[in-house]
Parts: sequence; C-alpha cells; structure tokens
Amino acid sequence: MLRVGAALVGVALLAALVGPVVTPWDPASQELALRLAAPSLAHPFGLDELGRDILARVLAGARISFLVGLTVVTVSATVGTMLGAIAGYAGGRVDDVISRVIDILLAFPGLLLAIALVAVLGPSLVNVLFALTIIGWVGYARLVRGQVLRAREFEYVQAARALGASMTRILLKHIIPTAIPAVIVQGTLGMAGAIIGEASLSFLGLGVQPPTPSWGTMLNGGRAHILDAPHLTIFPGLAIALLVLGLNFLGDGLRDRIDPRSESGR
Amino acid sequence: MVRFLARRLLLTIPVLIGVATLVFSLIHLVPGDPVQAMLGESASPQDVAQLRAKLGLDRPLLQQYASFAAGVLHGDLGTSLRTNQPVTGVILERMPATLELAVAAMLVAMLIAIPLGIIAAVRKGTAIDHGATTLALVGISMPTFWLGPLLAIVFSVWLGWFPVSGRGTFANLVLPAVTLGAPLSAMLARMTRASVLEELRELYVTAARARGVSEARAVLAHAFRNSLIPIVTVIGLQFGSVLTGAVITETIFAWPGVGRLLVQSISARDYPAVQGCILLIAVTYVSMNLLIDVLYGVLDPRIRYE
Repeated sequence: MLRVGAALVGVALLAALVGPVVTPWDPASQELALRLAAPSLAHPFGLDELGRDILARVLAGARISFLVGLTVVTVSATVGTMLGAIAGYAGGRVDDVISRVIDILLAFPGLLLAIALVAVLGPSLVNVLFALTIIGWVGYARLVRGQVLRAREFEYVQAARALGASMTRILLKHIIPTAIPAVIVQGTLGMAGAIIGEASLSFLGLGVQPPTPSWGTMLNGGRAHILDAPHLTIFPGLAIALLVLGLNFLGDGLRDRIDPRSESGR
Repeated sequence: MVRFLARRLLLTIPVLIGVATLVFSLIHLVPGDPVQAMLGESASPQDVAQLRAKLGLDRPLLQQYASFAAGVLHGDLGTSLRTNQPVTGVILERMPATLELAVAAMLVAMLIAIPLGIIAAVRKGTAIDHGATTLALVGISMPTFWLGPLLAIVFSVWLGWFPVSGRGTFANLVLPAVTLGAPLSAMLARMTRASVLEELRELYVTAARARGVSEARAVLAHAFRNSLIPIVTVIGLQFGSVLTGAVITETIFAWPGVGRLLVQSISARDYPAVQGCILLIAVTYVSMNLLIDVLYGVLDPRIRYE
C-alpha cells in the first residue's frame, strides 16, 4: 500500500514538475475551430470548450494542486502543532481558550466553513489557501495536544523540568518530536483533503479563477458539456482521484508502518 | 444520567454561541463595503444607505450583534436580498429536499458498506478483503464532483436510465443519492470491517463457535451486533459531511435543496441568505453530534462516568 501510494504521488509530482515543460501545447493557447474535439493522437485528452489542450491543462493543474496541498499542510501543521503543544503543556486558561476555539471550528463541517470564508472574502487562490488553512490547523492542534498531555508526564520530561529547562526548550526538544510521526501521517492525509478542498471550491466557482488551469475549475467548465463532450469531465477528475488515492494509500501505509496496531489496511 | 445530559447540554451552549458569532462576523469579513459589494459598483449612494439601514449595518457593532442574536433565537434570519422573502422561510422550503437526499444517501451508504465491511472482516487477509479494502479507499478518494458527472454520463447520457437533474420522482433521487452516499459508504465499510474484526477476536465469539453455533450466526448475531455501537456513531457523526457534500451534489444535479440555495446565494452576494444557510447547517451538525453523544451515553453507561 505504501509503495503504490508513493508511486502514484511520485508520478503526479513528476508530471507537475516536468509535464508543463515537455508538453508541446501551451495550456492557455486556443484553437477555437477545434473546440470540444474528442481525444486523438495529437491531443490525447482532447480539447476543451475554448479549444485548449486538456492534457496540457491537467499537467499545469497538477502544479496548483501540489502548491495548495503543500502550502496548506505546511502552514496548518506548523500552526496546529505549536498551538496544540502550548495548550497541552500550559494547561489552565491557555488550554481552555485554545480548546474552545478548536471546538467552535470543529462545530462546522470542514468544507462548509471554507465555502463561507471564500464566499465573503472573494474567489481567489490566496483566499482558498487561507480558508483551507483556517479549517486545517485544528486537526493537528487536537492531535498534538493529546500527545503532549501524555508526554508531559513522562519521566524524562519531568527530569528536564527539574533541571530548569524552559517551556520552549521542553516542548521543542523533548515533547514535540514524539508527536512528529503522527503529524506526518495526518499531513499526508491532510494534503489529500486540501487538494479535494481546493478542487471543490474551484468546482463551485469559488476557488482558482479562469483562465488559470485548476482541476476543479476544469470540471466546473465541463459541466455544461456533459452531454456532448464528456472528456472535459473525465480526465481532470481522473487526475484528482489518482493523486488523492495515492496520498490516502501513502498516509494509510505510513500509519501502519508507524503504528502496527492501527489495522487500517490489512 | 441526568447529570450527564445536563453537562453535555451545557458544554454545547458555548459552542453554539461561538458558531453564531462566527456566522455573524462573516458579513464583516467582506473586503471593503459589504453593502456596496451586494449592490454592485453602479449602485447609487441612496440605495447603498437604504440597504445599510435595512440590514442594520449603520448601527454600532454590539447593537448589530444583539439584534442578530435576538433574531436567531426567534428564528428570524433576516430577509433574502435575492427573493425579498424571509430567509428562514426560504430555507425551510428547501429543507425537505436536502433531508430527503441526505437520508437516501445514508441508506445507500449502509446498504453498500455494511455487507462489504462484514465480508472483508470475515475473510480477513484474502483477496476478497484486499479487494474490499482497496475499493473502500478508491471510494474515499473519488471526489463527489467527479463521481456525480461520471454517473450522469453513464446512467443518464449513455444508458438513459435516470434523469440528469431535478426532483420529484424516485428516478430523480437515485443518482444524487448514490453520488452523495458513495464516499460515506467507503468510510463506513472500513469502520465496519475494523469493528467486526475486533469483536471476532473476543472470547464470547469463540465460545459461541465452541457451542456449535453456525458461522453466519456467530458473525451476524454475536460479533456484528456488538460492533453496531461504533458503526451507528460513525453514521451519525458523518451527517455533517453529508450536509456539506449536499452543497456539491445539489449543484451537480440541480437538486432544489439548502446546498443549492447556498451556492445561488453566494453567486448573488445575498449575504443574509448565505449566513442563514451556514448557520442552519452548522447548528444541525452540532445538534446531531450532541444527539449521538447522548445516545452513546444511553447505550454504553461507561461513557457517562468518564
């Protein structure tokens, strides 16, 4: 499972990095005479409603997906880990405040809050990144808080405290490293969530705006041509499904490797 | 039990206040002037001032919050700018369609997931198990905004079995319900497998087998029955994702529910309606979680004392 996941994500990453450079088609160039043309040898994924090469756009869209996934996961994991560690270690009022904010954000189904935020902030890639990060950090904070609550009772942590180590040093050197494997697993699965989140928002017209090629925006464009040109829908969707499947396989495989009791796969 | 219920209800109140506050603050997050954004750049200053007064945005923030909170408590979510009707009425009109879709999706999910999860658990480590587990992961990875159009292409366009949009007949419900239920079924199948697998390891199942009980009875009447609590919990807790998924599914199939209303209101910059839809979905989600927690406490007395 781990290998299949790594292979799928590796291929997608390679396609995102190299694809747009080697493909002979510009994702923005239009051939209006050939609009909606079906897949052929010259255009393996066909052309869209403006006569643009769908393969070139799928490859360019992969860059947006990785950009969103990596940015959201990096920022969410950093902020969530810090806040979760502080809440768990400091306890008292600080924990109460952070935990209540987490409770309130968790009271919204994740994507709904992102839809609400982008609806008022306006559709753009930056606002999508912001909205997905706002819903993303909560999961890491809750995870790390739980780990810290356990870890702060460990003898080596108490020993460090007795030796006069500061809270920052104890957190950074002794406690947070114990939570890192769980954060990596959550990050892999969170990346899949962020990619689906961006594509969902773009599909609803709230995310990346045309003409920038995003898989969700391409699927939104394909809706009007489901009857006459289904290839507009099939290929961008297949790209999302394969990348997300790869990340889910990778996350599950990593979890099984790190925690053999999880039994998620076998 | 009364103490458990009271404590659980009390814990929900600050969350609901937080949810309402967040929804209230949404309109204030609009960059620039929210009223100008609603009416467009060409609106006259008189129209802008009139709408600002109508929405109460010309009053101090605390007053605005107090009147929003009072309105929410009385079921008054303001007036839709698009339809000029009370937001509560518009939402209630659309609610039955969303609930119909959500319930149908959950039924589809259970019909697919529970048998699949049980078979995978019983045949653990075999090709059937590997197939079921992989299928579940594929299901989770398949976004609804792709699955929906794919189903429409195959079953509406190619085979002509079901209509591609609208509501009214059973045939209209099939494709939206399958689209919305598929990701849930994938998650539920994994949960059912893990839960049944755990129960199959218990001594009472071994004892039942030792007494000569048939394999089907040992699995269904003993192991599966005891694994139902976590399964039912997951079904309840997934209600929120079904409601969010409904936003996309209703958009794909032109299903006249609250999700589609939300998207239409966003496009029209009808912020009172947007706030109303978000608040309703979030409150339904919180209430559902509360109900599941309470039910869990009723079913498993150990939870009450934790």
